[in-house]
Amino acid sequence: MALGATQVKTLGQLDGEKDFAALMIRVRERDRAAFEELFVHFGPRVKALMLKSGSGHAMAEDIVQDVFMAVWRKAGYFSPGRGTVSAWIFSIARNSRIDKLRRMSSRPYDDIMEMEFESPEPDAEQVLATTERNSKVADAIVDLPGTQREIIELAYMHDMAQTEIAKRLSLPLGTVKSRMRLAYAKLKLKLEEAR
Amino acid sequence: MSIAHHLDEATLVRYASGDLDEAFLVVVATHLAMCDRCRKAAHDAEELGGEMLFACEPADLGANALSSLWNRIEGAGGQADIARPAAKRSSRRVGDLPPPLNRKIGGRLDAIPWRRIAPGVKKHVIRTDTATSSALYMLWVAPGVAVPEHGHGGSEMTLILSGAYRDELGLFGPGDIADLDEHVEHQPCVEGDEPCICLVATDTPLRFAGLLGRLLQPFIGI
Ligand SMILES: [Zn+2]
Ligand SMILES: [Zn+2]
Repeated sequence: MALGATQVKTLGQLDGEKDFAALMIRVRERDRAAFEELFVHFGPRVKALMLKSGSGHAMAEDIVQDVFMAVWRKAGYFSPGRGTVSAWIFSIARNSRIDKLRRMSSRPYDDIMEMEFESPEPDAEQVLATTERNSKVADAIVDLPGTQREIIELAYMHDMAQTEIAKRLSLPLGTVKSRMRLAYAKLKLKLEEAR
Repeated sequence: MSIAHHLDEATLVRYASGDLDEAFLVVVATHLAMCDRCRKAAHDAEELGGEMLFACEPADLGANALSSLWNRIEGAGGQADIARPAAKRSSRRVGDLPPPLNRKIGGRLDAIPWRRIAPGVKKHVIRTDTATSSALYMLWVAPGVAVPEHGHGGSEMTLILSGAYRDELGLFGPGDIADLDEHVEHQPCVEGDEPCICLVATDTPLRFAGLLGRLLQPFIGI
């Protein structure tokens, strides 16, 4: 049976993120069932992200394996005080994409991930905070004007450089940059509401 | 350490989405290692990616994906193999360089093999592992040296590691980053009685014509 279609959680189910943070805490304790739940949810999405970034099926499957090896191995670095599980898995997928597709070392990203580790035993409050954080991010994205959302999608989902985005949309580079700034500012505003 | 000059928000988005080449990534990550505020901001920018991942229409995985994953994990050491930070590391230890830079130059600021390129100016080029048109290097500028007024040809980032300089945008001290728009013109001058040591990434070499240009060349990046 192929994974994917059966296990979709939607943005509407916002307690989803709370579950994920709790699952990650269990993965840190080497809980295999929790790891499999995360894999069933995020594995097909990581593959979809890689396909959108231009990799073929075999490469995308390969990256999914790399990403979840890292999720298992680096679970100790996950901190709910820092962000959501989706953002953490996204960052690991981004690093694999850089290592594999760009043949460049993502080591500087790992240095930053390894540096900040807020509390070894995350408390319930932090786990709860990721739930709210997740819904705030979703709100921020929903509220973005189409012109900003388009640029965020091209950058994060389709792995396009800002210069490629400018070319593709026939916009001056400065316009792409200012739309990135506006989208980020919107997100920051929403996240501050949650703090 | 109080840091006054931070990364541009567009740079945070580029960092989080994976759109920086090696030269710029090293400079940005080194600033992030020194700056709690930007490190938090970078994690926030990664939330946009998390949301994109969350919103992806799932793609079917091969039937054996999970079992082959377990096989690989067990082959690699399985249960015991968990990476954990030994202790919370401090952002910066005195005299040490932050990890992303330390890895590149392997040592301390006082052990860098500087090459003198002009009176009062020394340079150390850092080799990148990947082919890139960007340049990554360090500059050592003596106290009192003023850089003639100039503009920048493309993206440039200058991270101060030690000492300070002042220009139209203010005072730049350790940890501060000048993440400058290509249109900025300025005239930096080293402040205080310490040399100013900085880490620089540039994507297009600035080219001035004539003798003045050759005199300015060493200062590109400040
Ligand atoms: Zn900063
Ligand atoms: Zn300059």
